[in-house]
Order: sequence, then structure tokens, then C-alpha cells
Amino acid sequence: MEKRVRFKSAWLPWLLVAPQMAVVLVFFFWPAGQTLYQSVLQEDAFGMSRQFVGWQNFERLWEDPSYLDSFYTTAIFSLLVAVLGICIALLLAVMANRVVRGAAIYKTLLIWPYAVAPVVAGVLWLMMFASPWGVVAYALQALGCGWNHLLSGTDAMALIVMASVWKQISYNFLFFLAGLQSVPSSVIEAATIDGASPWRRFWNIVFPLLSPTTFFLLVMNVIYAFFDTFAIVDAATQGGPGKDTSILVYKVYYDGFKALDMGGSAAQSAVLMAIVILLTVFQFRFVEKKVQY
Amino acid sequence: MIERRPVLDFVSHAVLIIGVAIIAFPVYVAFVASTQTAAQITGSNPLSLVPGNNIVSSYTLALMGGKVAAGGTIPPGWPMLWISFVVAMVIALGKIAISIISAFAIVYFRFPFRGLVFWMIFITLMLPVEVRIGPTYQVVADLGLINTYAGLTVPLIASATATFLFRQFFLTVPDELAEAARIDGAGPMRFFMDILLPLSKTTMAALFVIQFIYGWNQYLWPLIATTSEDMYPIVLGIKRAIFGEIYVEWNVVMATAILAMIPPAIVVILMQKWFVKGLVDTEK
Repeated sequence: MEKRVRFKSAWLPWLLVAPQMAVVLVFFFWPAGQTLYQSVLQEDAFGMSRQFVGWQNFERLWEDPSYLDSFYTTAIFSLLVAVLGICIALLLAVMANRVVRGAAIYKTLLIWPYAVAPVVAGVLWLMMFASPWGVVAYALQALGCGWNHLLSGTDAMALIVMASVWKQISYNFLFFLAGLQSVPSSVIEAATIDGASPWRRFWNIVFPLLSPTTFFLLVMNVIYAFFDTFAIVDAATQGGPGKDTSILVYKVYYDGFKALDMGGSAAQSAVLMAIVILLTVFQFRFVEKKVQY
Repeated sequence: MIERRPVLDFVSHAVLIIGVAIIAFPVYVAFVASTQTAAQITGSNPLSLVPGNNIVSSYTLALMGGKVAAGGTIPPGWPMLWISFVVAMVIALGKIAISIISAFAIVYFRFPFRGLVFWMIFITLMLPVEVRIGPTYQVVADLGLINTYAGLTVPLIASATATFLFRQFFLTVPDELAEAARIDGAGPMRFFMDILLPLSKTTMAALFVIQFIYGWNQYLWPLIATTSEDMYPIVLGIKRAIFGEIYVEWNVVMATAILAMIPPAIVVILMQKWFVKGLVDTEK
């Protein structure tokens, strides 16, 4: 889409884009370029010398079992966060779209966790499962399920999944609600007249019409689980026990800023960049075209 | 309402109430913990779910700091709240200011390399700050911006979400307005100030809500870009209170967490209409 009417000036448009271009060049292109450049360099821990090593940093990653483990951890984590978050939010959105009385109140009460900082979400959930006084840990103990996220990798993973899903439900909920409100009521009415039950109407009409929203949310939730959950992991488990909850972005931070392996960290960043670009392209190319009704 | 289904209505309300309760429960527990004393919390098994009577002292400690019974010192919370507020405002307003003018240039002017400029801004949408964290730190350190407001905010302004939202909006503004302005002899800046800016109010409000929350909740970047505790925003203060101490004052930590939650929650609830618009528009 283009404007028919335009203004003419040789210098004004440059002046107008200058601030944004300056910020983008200095704080985006320069660091992104540096990431790619450093990913082919080997630097000693004091930053005194560096040498070109080509693909070695990437080969090192590929041979490093802890990196492959981190990939696996991230895959499980993002899958659980995306699927659970989407299912729960869809259920709540469908219910909120049904009720007439109190719909606005329910909506307000369901969306505010969006405002909670991820680190606060991590701390809140950590506190509920802290032993021995955490209320949920106590309840689980009473039911016969022991809980110790400091020793059990599964428990630690469950903890960060719950905290991440809790924080993301409001986001998914709002998009599903917007999607449900744009389903034409005439279609639903026609199905009702034909005798379709609410269950049938949902699976045969509403859910297929929501599929663009669902796919969009799937991609956004995976991106969220990959990047925005850093603070949750850092607050709740710090990647432990061992490396059981050390997701990729946590490992980039840990290797770069704690273990001071800048080359390895940059190579990991480059891999992450490739993943985000793939996801974004996937979303633009595939989802937008194939999942339309 | 298409048909009456009393049972289903009941189920809907039940599911929603359970959902609301589960969402609210962690915050309720945090609030209860903040009203007890540190000894009460760590000595309990499990934590009592009835509010205690230590609320004034917990929140005073969280805001003003001071010495605690266990011997530690708690840093005051209000300077951290102020830093978070300034950072969130600068990010939100800064992003809106630089994006609205660049979107104006891209939509209303034709100039050489316009396509290139457009794509250079567009590509920033793809990469969150987390994936270029190390080199961004080096750039900011080289510029001497560690522990400054500029260092905390400007790198986070470098993203294009706002530019795209304004671009989408400007494209829906009728061409007749620009034509009329031109015929009346108004220059581009006059048109921008008197016509485009007033029309963009809703878009700006929506963006403000989203960006304010984004700025307030930043964690990884401040963790790296601040080395002095004087420049910690509130979310880092929470982490320091848990992992920096041998004996954690849980009541103060929870009071701080509640305080850190209140400003963005107020923004979301009071500006709910713009929040929903901003969220749905920026992402789609």
C-alpha cells in the first residue's frame, strides 16, 4: 500500500529517520554484526588476544553434550509452555466468551498477570514450592507426592513451566478472546438451528476458524519460552539442579558472563538468531498462507 | 445468546472462577507472606494463609530499608522503584517519539534508499535483545554508558514495533487530509503537528501501555548493564534480596515483589482498553 499524496523535501525525511537509524545502527546492527564476527573468533578469558578460528566455535558446540542437552531442555520446556498455555487460555477464553454476566470482570481478573515481571513470577512460584514452608509443596507432600526442585530435575522443570504458563495465560487469553469475538454469529446460529450441540459447534466451526490465531500464538509462545523466560529460570532454579533447567538463553548468559567464554557464547547467540529468524519466516510465509479459511 | 443452556452457563462460571482463583493464588500467598515476620515464615510448616500483623513493618523495611533482627541490612526500595519508573517512562516515550517521526518520513515522503531504511528497521523486529546480549554490552561499555539511564534505556529503544504500528495507522489516514493541507499551503511539519499527531492519540496511548510494561519488567539487560547497586531497578532488587543474603527476609522480599507489581498492574487495569488494543495491534 502506498500513499498517493506525498510531500517533497530533500533533507526533511532524512532528519526524521535519523534518530531511529542512529539507535538501530549503534545498538542493533553493530552488536548483531559483532555477534557473528565473535562467533568465529577465539578469545582468552582476559580479552588479551583473539584469533580467527572459523567454524571451530560451532563445532565445539556441536560436540559439547551439555549444549545438546540444553537444546533438548529448551525443546521440552517451550513445547510444554506453548501447549499448556494455549490450552488453558483457550478454555478460559471460550468460557469468558459464553458468559454474559460478569464477562468484563472476569476479563480484567484474567489479564493482569501480563503486567507481572517474569522475575516476580519466578519468585512467587518459587515461594509456593519452597521447602518446608511452601504451601503447595506441603500440600503435595500431604498427598504423598514428594517435592524437591533442588534435587529433582523434573520438579525443577515443572516449576519453571508452571511459572511461565501462569505469566503467559493472559496474553494467549486476550488473543483468543479477540479471535472468538470475530467469529460471525450467523454461522453459529445456522449450526444451532441445524441441531449441532455446543461441543460439535466448537470443534467443527469455532476451532477451525481460530486456527490462524492458534498458529500465531504457537509461534509467539515458543519465542516467549525461548527468550522472555530467562528471568523466571534465573529466579526460580538458576538453571539447576545441575544443568537440568538450563535453557539456551540461560546458557548464553552463563557461558558469556559467568564462564567468560565469549566466542562460545557468541556462537550460541548466532544459533539463537538463526532460530528466531526461522520462526519468524515460518510465521510470515507458512502460517499466513496455509492456515486461512 | 443463541440458546439457553443453564448447565453450561454454570460450568462456564465455575471454570472462570477456578481460573481466576488459580491466577490470583500466588499473589495472595505473596501478600500473606508480606504481612508476617521473617521468623514466622521460615518457622512455619506450611505457611499460614491468614494475613499476619507485621504488614507495616514489612513494607516500611521494603521501602525505606534498615537493619533487621537477623543482623543483615536491607537496602531501601524506593530509589529502585524510581529508577524502574524513569527507565519505563524513557523507554515508552522515547520509542514513541523516535518511531512516530520515522514512520511519518517513510509513509509521507519519497527519498533515495527509502526501501533500504524500511528494511533495516523491519529486521530489528526479528531479534530480541537477548540474542545479541554480549556485543551490546561491549558497545554500551565502550560508550561509557554502564550504570547510566542512557545505558539502561537506549539499547531497548532500538526496536521497530512502534514504527510499524504507526506506519500501519498512517496508511489508513485518508489521503484527502494531506491533499487538503497541501492546498491550504501547510508544509509537512505543519500537517504532522496539526493533523497527524492529534489523530494518533489512541495509537500512542496503546503503545505507551505496552512499552511501559516492557520497560518496567526488563531483567536481563539491567542485570548486565548495571554493576552498581545504586542503579538497580526494582526487579533486580528482588533478586539481590533472595540470592545476595545468607538469611532471606522473605517478608521483605514479598513486600518488594508486591510493590514491584503494583505500578504496571495499575497501568494495565486503568488503561485496559488501550492495553488490549496495543497488544493485539502490535503483534498482528
